[in-house]
Amino acid sequence: MAAADRQRPPFVAMLRDSALAAVVAALLAVPLLGVRLVDNAGGLTLDYRLPLVLYAAAAVFAGRLLLSLAGHFLAPSFRDMTVSLPRMPRNSLIIVGWVLVAAAVLLPWMPFAERNLVDKLTLILIYVMLGWGLNIVVGLAGLLDLGYVAFYAIGAYAYALLSMHFGLSFWICLPLAGLMAALFGVALGFPVLRLRGDYLAIVTLGFGEIIRVVLLNWQAVTNGPNGITGIERPTLFGLSFSRAADGPTFAGFFGIEFSPVHRVYFLYYLILALALMTTLFAQRIRRLPTGRAWEALREDEIACRSLGMNPVTVKLSAFAIGASFAGLAGSFFATRQGFISPESFSFIESATILAIVVLGGMGSQIGIVLAAVLLVGLPEWFRDLSEYRMLVFGGAMVLIMLWRPQGLLSRREPTILLDPKPASAGATVP
Amino acid sequence: MPQTGIVFRGEIPARMTIDIFLQQLVNGLTLGAFYGLIALGYTMVYGIIGMINFAHGDIYMIGAFVALIGFVVLSTVGIASVPLAILIVLVLAMFFTACYGWAVERIAYRPLRGSPRLAPLISAIGMSIVLQNYVQIAQGARTKSLQPIVHGQYSIDVGQGAHVSVSLLQIIIIVLTVALMAGFTWVIRSTPLGRAQRATEQDATMAALLGVNVNRTISITFVIGASLAAVAGMMATLYYGVIDFYIGFIAGIKAFTAAVLGGIGSLPGAMLGGLAIGLIESFWPVFFDLAYRDVAVFGLLILVLIFRPTGLLGRPEIEKV
Repeated sequence: MAAADRQRPPFVAMLRDSALAAVVAALLAVPLLGVRLVDNAGGLTLDYRLPLVLYAAAAVFAGRLLLSLAGHFLAPSFRDMTVSLPRMPRNSLIIVGWVLVAAAVLLPWMPFAERNLVDKLTLILIYVMLGWGLNIVVGLAGLLDLGYVAFYAIGAYAYALLSMHFGLSFWICLPLAGLMAALFGVALGFPVLRLRGDYLAIVTLGFGEIIRVVLLNWQAVTNGPNGITGIERPTLFGLSFSRAADGPTFAGFFGIEFSPVHRVYFLYYLILALALMTTLFAQRIRRLPTGRAWEALREDEIACRSLGMNPVTVKLSAFAIGASFAGLAGSFFATRQGFISPESFSFIESATILAIVVLGGMGSQIGIVLAAVLLVGLPEWFRDLSEYRMLVFGGAMVLIMLWRPQGLLSRREPTILLDPKPASAGATVP
Repeated sequence: MPQTGIVFRGEIPARMTIDIFLQQLVNGLTLGAFYGLIALGYTMVYGIIGMINFAHGDIYMIGAFVALIGFVVLSTVGIASVPLAILIVLVLAMFFTACYGWAVERIAYRPLRGSPRLAPLISAIGMSIVLQNYVQIAQGARTKSLQPIVHGQYSIDVGQGAHVSVSLLQIIIIVLTVALMAGFTWVIRSTPLGRAQRATEQDATMAALLGVNVNRTISITFVIGASLAAVAGMMATLYYGVIDFYIGFIAGIKAFTAAVLGGIGSLPGAMLGGLAIGLIESFWPVFFDLAYRDVAVFGLLILVLIFRPTGLLGRPEIEKV
């Protein structure tokens, strides 16, 4: 087939390909794009929009042809470029990481930083933290978790309920929320961690749904779909960020004029600290026996068993620790929004977080930042697209995956090198 | 949400009598038919390329929309005969939905064959989001409703003055599903296509060496799965009369649960799992709170996987070192 194509002029094949693609596009467009159902008083009527079908077919034809032409003329020069990022020595990645941290710390002081930007960065950082937390489960321990958002929800509700009923402050609730999420992680993990990858995926997905259904229906505790409002905002060592409060306020204590921006900046630094804590933890634990056991189990469970490791405890620890970071992020989310409802914890969130981890290139901390900016940040900036936003989001997920199936930054550092000198970089420990 | 499938209105008696039992059995069988048909698509795709086709639930949703549009088009054209209309819509929905199934595989999964295991999963989730939003934009976010087309209700006397009502539509759904599943089993068992499919499932490389066109076989698997989902979609349009762009998600998760419950990769298992889920869903509200029905379904899944990790009919996987 390919050989026959090569003998003919390639353009004929390209045209034929594009025409076929256009026909398929037209077929796909006819029923759903070409006809629109309109609700009327008497029932449904139809609105024929056949030109749209033609546009779709024409667009696919042109797009396909352009891609083929580009592939034909540009591929030779691109072939070497697209294979991989330049192999950077390990140290340079660490430098990039520290530069990023410094940039993140200094950013609110830059002249171009306005409240809106900092607010969006806070949102991105939540997902960065969730990505780093999930990476412990998926990237390090190799357990596919499709219900990670459940632990995020548990953390958020744990904080909201504890502060509402017992008047506990954010700083006391934060570790409690993490603990609570970890407990749920153990409770879920204990029965199901014997399952293989995809079975585990569907069970975790089911667990995520169970939590959401319970939050929706357990009116007495969670207030159902209406959610919990008026969640207490965090304080800085007891200094409130409100205009007026019972205790001292931040503005009053430092003798500066009150501004709502202070809280935005404070929340930004708070999530930055939490996220950095997550990644530092993940990097350090890879050097500890626990982290090594996770990675070993991911690579070969049978070998680990025969060496006397107990896979259940190893997996449980990964599950619980990953969950506790989601719990911390969840209580931050609750205190930032001041309002939570089950709507914020649907499957699409789990999918987004998992996509961030996989797109980032599993195990790459910087890759996760990049993926979070792409998947969470860009749609935020393109809010004008309104209804097309999610379409673009889904499309981007597919396209990035097709473009780089290994993830954006896919190079995985071996945790241990047998040869202390990195000269034998080619022979990495699997 | 349109997915109730329960004919009781108002008070639900918290005890089981013979008529309630039979009534819920009929309803459960109907519901099981939906899940079984969708689950077949999941289990076939998983069997042949080992991936969770997350977009399959949305393929079902597209089938429902194509069917709804088909019914409205036919009514404006003026075809009054109900059996003829159902037949035409069935063929149309299967054809167009199969096109979607084929296109999804071609665009989002085929280029990723042989890449890390999670890549196709993310691509599938992305595709699912794309399909949902595409339909939302093209057809509007509001739920669409169709007047009942198939009328007819039979009341069967089960003794002691108790009655069980079975609608004509329920009979059609169950008969159609059984017929499709029988035909489908025949295709997989005794046609060249089925042989190629099973060979690819066992060992794609070996099948390719022996002259099986693996890519085409996989495409056909997606086409078959999508057209079965389209049948389920058409039946949902008729049965519930209310659809929106979001119905694929929850139906998809439950159908996948059914596939896992029956033992993923096993075709009779998918049907059995679908039936089991349908029956649980219809019997649950007789005793317990309707709101927690989904919890029951997933709870059962967890229980089955703990005690029989390969599902009801799945073959145990032997790991060789």
